[in-house]
Amino acid sequence: MRQEGVLRHAAMRFLGLIPTLLVLITIAFFLIRMAPGGPFDGEKILPPEIRANLDASYHLDEPLLQQYFRYLGQIITGDFGPSFQYKDWTVNELIARGFPVSATVGGLAIVLAFVLGTLIGTIAALRQNTAVDYSVMGVAMLGISIPNFVVAPLLILGVAVYAGWLPAGGWDGSWQRMVLPVITLALPAIAYIARLTRGSMIEVLHSNYIRTARAKGLPERLVILRHALRPAILPVISYMGPATAALITGSVVIERIYSIPGLGSYFVQGALNRDYTLVMGVVVFYGIVIIVLNFIVDLLYAWLNPRIRYDEAQ
Amino acid sequence: MNSDNKAAGTGLSVEDPFAAAFAEDDVHGRSLWVDAWHRLLKNKAAVVSGIIMGIMLLLVLAGPMLLPWEGDFTDWDNTLSPPSLETKHWFGTDAVGRDILVRTLEGGRISLLVGLVATLVSLVIGVTYGAVAGYYGGMTDRVMMRIVDIVYALPFMFFVILLMVVFGRHIVLIFVAIGAVNWLDMARIVRGQTLSLKNMEFVEAARACGVDHHSIIRRHIIPNLLGVVIVYVTLTIPQVILVESFLSFLGLGVQEPMSSWGALVNDGAQDMESAPWTLVFPAMFLTVTLYCFNYIGDGMRDALDPKDHL
Repeated sequence: MRQEGVLRHAAMRFLGLIPTLLVLITIAFFLIRMAPGGPFDGEKILPPEIRANLDASYHLDEPLLQQYFRYLGQIITGDFGPSFQYKDWTVNELIARGFPVSATVGGLAIVLAFVLGTLIGTIAALRQNTAVDYSVMGVAMLGISIPNFVVAPLLILGVAVYAGWLPAGGWDGSWQRMVLPVITLALPAIAYIARLTRGSMIEVLHSNYIRTARAKGLPERLVILRHALRPAILPVISYMGPATAALITGSVVIERIYSIPGLGSYFVQGALNRDYTLVMGVVVFYGIVIIVLNFIVDLLYAWLNPRIRYDEAQ
Repeated sequence: MNSDNKAAGTGLSVEDPFAAAFAEDDVHGRSLWVDAWHRLLKNKAAVVSGIIMGIMLLLVLAGPMLLPWEGDFTDWDNTLSPPSLETKHWFGTDAVGRDILVRTLEGGRISLLVGLVATLVSLVIGVTYGAVAGYYGGMTDRVMMRIVDIVYALPFMFFVILLMVVFGRHIVLIFVAIGAVNWLDMARIVRGQTLSLKNMEFVEAARACGVDHHSIIRRHIIPNLLGVVIVYVTLTIPQVILVESFLSFLGLGVQEPMSSWGALVNDGAQDMESAPWTLVFPAMFLTVTLYCFNYIGDGMRDALDPKDHL
């Protein structure tokens, strides 16, 4: 019964994603096309015949609306087209090259944020209104307040330049080069998750069933792990969707500062160079990633929260 | 007549506590706002943050006029010179000899201005949208909120970056671009509040008196949303300042000779190995401001909206 309800809900939600994606594609497409200049407006002015040939071969000479529908038809087949800026590369190839790098940094950051955030939040909740609580939460507020583009140069300065413990940037897949970007990216999320966990954990710890669990003599460790943690991390789970979106956009800056060849750096460069297909490719690809992740988070939330039953909601 | 008698009969016992309560009320004269104000004053972190922000505002507004340097003056004898009292560059200078302290204070004007104006833009859009959706309800509400849901799922920062690339880096555009993507939360919160407000007696009374929808929203609904809105505004300001500095850091925000904390941090990051002061001072001002605004917002929420904790 319940399985069926979840499945039906999942299918409905999945269909609901299509308009979101369509709006995303439409806004991004017309926005980038409204930008003055085009992909072939470089330093040297091309002879008109060559220019006309180029425009024709990329269909840039067609009316905008026709190009839009052509683009829609094209991405349904999963083809993002050739990049204007990186000659000989298709956008699909660029994404296939950049995304694993971004995903490694982002994925590690979100795992780190989840583990440390819930841990810190739980500790603060258990020591509510003590010096430990106040100092931990003060630091967490600092984590939310310091922008990551401030943290990153400071970390490079302290850890890489002065202390010389880790390399300052670049990317070769080794862990030494991952440490600083991952920490920088994770910090605000750690802080936010710690605050969320603390708040909900305090509420849960005051509930009757926790009192019952304690009254029947369970050790505190088990009370927390078995009874309190699951309901207390529910708000954190629903934050994971927005958190991944924030990490993805945050990585635009992180990738630039640490010179990491990820997708974020392609996006900014692409937008500045009017590389229409690359910009659209990154936006659509990340749009899908964020939407799918939100969808998974939703299902996860339902699975963790016994109060939500989709078959009853019908 | 009969009911009057009854009231008079029981009046003696009931009247006393009421009278006492009213008398007490007169003495203290406590409205909801005064109450909230008292709660806020008890929150040490928020009070200290408020004082620091007051000082910051004064510094940013008056500071550049009192200092011996102009923001765009290039002191070629002292390029990238460290903070010192002798050269009168208390925070040092940047690569072309501009005084970091003046630049930081002037950048602060822009950062704070963007914070306030862009928040105002998101406030106007969000409150109007949310109040209309919540008040009319039904199909209007469903369609309007569905639009919000869809827009919510979009990666915002990409749109802000695209907007800046498309329309150029004009300061008015920064206000609008950031404000235009920040109104969604406000619309959701306001809608929820309006839904519960619109069924209250005073709104029904207004409707019975023949007041039209427009006036009811403007005169009765929106003033009652003020508490929630104020809380949300204080929490939006630091977010907006952060977005602006993020854009300026990427080189997409305010343009030279104007500057903001984000742009200064970006400049500082280029020279940080030889001249860390070019990075540290603007970064410090930016962080302190965001830190204080977050604490003030937290304090306001606790004071005005005791139910809805993070």
